[in-house]
Amino acid sequence: MSVLLELERVEKAFGAVSVLNGVDMTVLAGRAVALAGENGAGKSTLMKIITGTHSRDAGVIRFRGKETNFNTARQSMDAGIAMIHQELNLLPALTVGENIFLGREPVDRARRVKWSEIYDQAEYWLKKLKQDIDPRAETGTLSIAQQQMVEIAKALSMNAELIIMDEPTDSLTDVETKILFEVVKKLRDSGKGLIFISHRLRDIFDMCDDVVVLRDGSMVHQSPVADISEDELIRHMVGRELSDRYPYVPSSSSKTRLRVTNLVAPGVRDVSFEACAGEVVGFAGLVGAGRTELGKAIYGANPARSGRIEIDGDEVCVRSPNDGLKYGIGYVTEDRKLEGLIQAHSINHNMSMAGLQRFTSKLGKINKNNERKAVTQYIDAFSIKAQGIDTSVAQLSGGNQQKVSIGKSLIPEPKILILDEPTRGVDVGAKREIYALINELKAQGLCILLMSSDMPELLGVSDRILVMSNGFLTGEFAHGEANQEVIMHCTLVGLTEGKQE
Amino acid sequence: MNIKKFVIENIPLIGLLLLMFLVSLINENFLTVDNLLNIFRQTSINAIIAMGMTFVILTAGIDLSSGSILAFAGAVCATLIAADVPLILALPSTLVLGAALGAASGSIVAYFGVQAFIATLVAMTMVRGGVLVFTGGRPISTGNFDVANIFYEVGGGYIGGVPIPVIITGVVFIICWYVLNHTRLGRYTYAIGGNEQATKLAGINVARVKVTVYAISGALAALAGIILTARLESAQPTAGLGYELDAIAAVVLGGTSLTGGRGRINGTLIGALIIGVLNNALNILDVSSYFQMIAKGSVILLAVVLDGRSKAST
Repeated sequence: MSVLLELERVEKAFGAVSVLNGVDMTVLAGRAVALAGENGAGKSTLMKIITGTHSRDAGVIRFRGKETNFNTARQSMDAGIAMIHQELNLLPALTVGENIFLGREPVDRARRVKWSEIYDQAEYWLKKLKQDIDPRAETGTLSIAQQQMVEIAKALSMNAELIIMDEPTDSLTDVETKILFEVVKKLRDSGKGLIFISHRLRDIFDMCDDVVVLRDGSMVHQSPVADISEDELIRHMVGRELSDRYPYVPSSSSKTRLRVTNLVAPGVRDVSFEACAGEVVGFAGLVGAGRTELGKAIYGANPARSGRIEIDGDEVCVRSPNDGLKYGIGYVTEDRKLEGLIQAHSINHNMSMAGLQRFTSKLGKINKNNERKAVTQYIDAFSIKAQGIDTSVAQLSGGNQQKVSIGKSLIPEPKILILDEPTRGVDVGAKREIYALINELKAQGLCILLMSSDMPELLGVSDRILVMSNGFLTGEFAHGEANQEVIMHCTLVGLTEGKQE
Repeated sequence: MNIKKFVIENIPLIGLLLLMFLVSLINENFLTVDNLLNIFRQTSINAIIAMGMTFVILTAGIDLSSGSILAFAGAVCATLIAADVPLILALPSTLVLGAALGAASGSIVAYFGVQAFIATLVAMTMVRGGVLVFTGGRPISTGNFDVANIFYEVGGGYIGGVPIPVIITGVVFIICWYVLNHTRLGRYTYAIGGNEQATKLAGINVARVKVTVYAISGALAALAGIILTARLESAQPTAGLGYELDAIAAVVLGGTSLTGGRGRINGTLIGALIIGVLNNALNILDVSSYFQMIAKGSVILLAVVLDGRSKAST
């Protein structure tokens, strides 16, 4: 096997802060390398150096035997390195073909774009990936998984030899993840090299051949995946023992807090359930099963068309998030970048936004001392790592942003908390902290609805699991009763039922 | 490091001081108390409109109707004064009218999802039409009652040697600064411009904030209309043509981002002063008014490019 990419003692510092201190790494042609490490370990910086977005301070990078010195992402692309970002870089209003050939459209002598060639070529590359995607379709209408395939097709069409994928499975369902695995296998077999950045251990073990672990800017481990156990890998990543990944404390209360009866809303077809104070109710299902829509319907962001919502026995009419907030519902969105946080604003302003009323005097003046005190309490309690309370959210790592997002929903002191994918894009250590937080909130008597695509997490944290499929509830399991197989079964049951209608 | 930060955060102020320094080198009459007060008074109308505009722009919106609202408010105010309506009634009702007109275009933005540019363009056209219908295309005199003489003071009077329009501008500035920095309305105004979707999902009544913000802009445009009418002692149907553009220029010169969520009200005041100083300087340097427009455009361009550069470098 030939060496595709070789890094020797790569160093990088931003100002006085050293981010990478001498990283070695090797990627062989035909193998997939997992790059693991907690947020802030230096993974992104390393990738940016490989693709030429950042320059290195010291060290050597050789790609296909030649020492490289890329100054722009374009140069690395031309050399054969493609990076597929977590937030896909496709333009939603353009067609699939236009996206694949964006900026390098084939033209004839009169500089007219040769559309038929674009679509033929696009189709060819998508077929290679065994994807049935119409190259003339508007990209925004595709699922995230399909868009990812479009990105891969784009990379292949540029003759990429090395493909770097950042958190590719994060927004994929289990089924979609399997399809991605297949494609990755095919790419490997055809001799391409791959680098995977992933927080999901399962991905690493299912999909990758080698694993490289970064911690605090140093490479602490490199070996074939087969030579390492999950526990060892976690230990390398966090540098300490994580005894219990899903600390579970049984629910103690049985007072019904939320009762939902025959709720119908866009994406939700007929849902009835109850949830108690001090209980974590998990919602399983495929992406598009209606879990996010259900959460938003209860909160008022996706108002219900019919059905009843009762809180503590009183029927409530939630027509907007503003109503949801008034009735004591807290909501943490799955998309913290787009819907959750104001990236350019400070931690302080983000976190206090929903609960500002608490700090406002009768005359309408915000008591900034009280505000800062409350926010600081959450920063300390959640051990949010930031320079200060006025640091902008954009500068925080994913896990810390998520904690800000959760803190924001807690400051208004809700009775019901809806968490949609709370650990997406969050590293192992921070995940553990978020689970501990969920347990603590549960102990305080909060009623928590947890939507998650991470099955082990759902099984580990929930007191009860409800399975959603196609807008219906198709199964209910108590903690310990459920496993991945029965949940998957319920998911599929709903799909066939939906088809019969 | 800290000096660099200070410079970047205060580019509008430094620009203004530099401009004043340069002009004072060329002309000794520039840096006199009389001339400075004159500049302040000339700037007040643009500054008041621009402060309302700042609220709107902070939400990532824009208000093109300010000039028309100014004219409408001026015409209505002049009519009220001519009918011997006491100031205590005439002025507040004019302000309420301006706020209502602003709230109307704000409602179209907030509840019908029409883009601010289009909604306020419609308002600009319709309100201007309303002014022409209302006035019949002729100036409205403020009449000969005693109340008119008191009314003129609003535009031309002095308190303790300071022109009343300047005092009004100062009061408006303090109120705007307080609202933006110390109240929920202010916080939500920034939040909507920073990420409207997130603000909405945090449970904030975004539509209500938007309507309020356009109402503020309308009310301040009406206030500017009152001052202008008082100064001219009559209301002109074509008053305020293009004033919204000067106000937008002042906001942008003051460092407020047109994409919303970032900016300061003191910047806007400085931005308005930069335009005022420039106009004054070109006048006392006897530059022809044709060239003045070219010079003004160039300065705005220079300022915006410099500001963008310095922000990109941080």
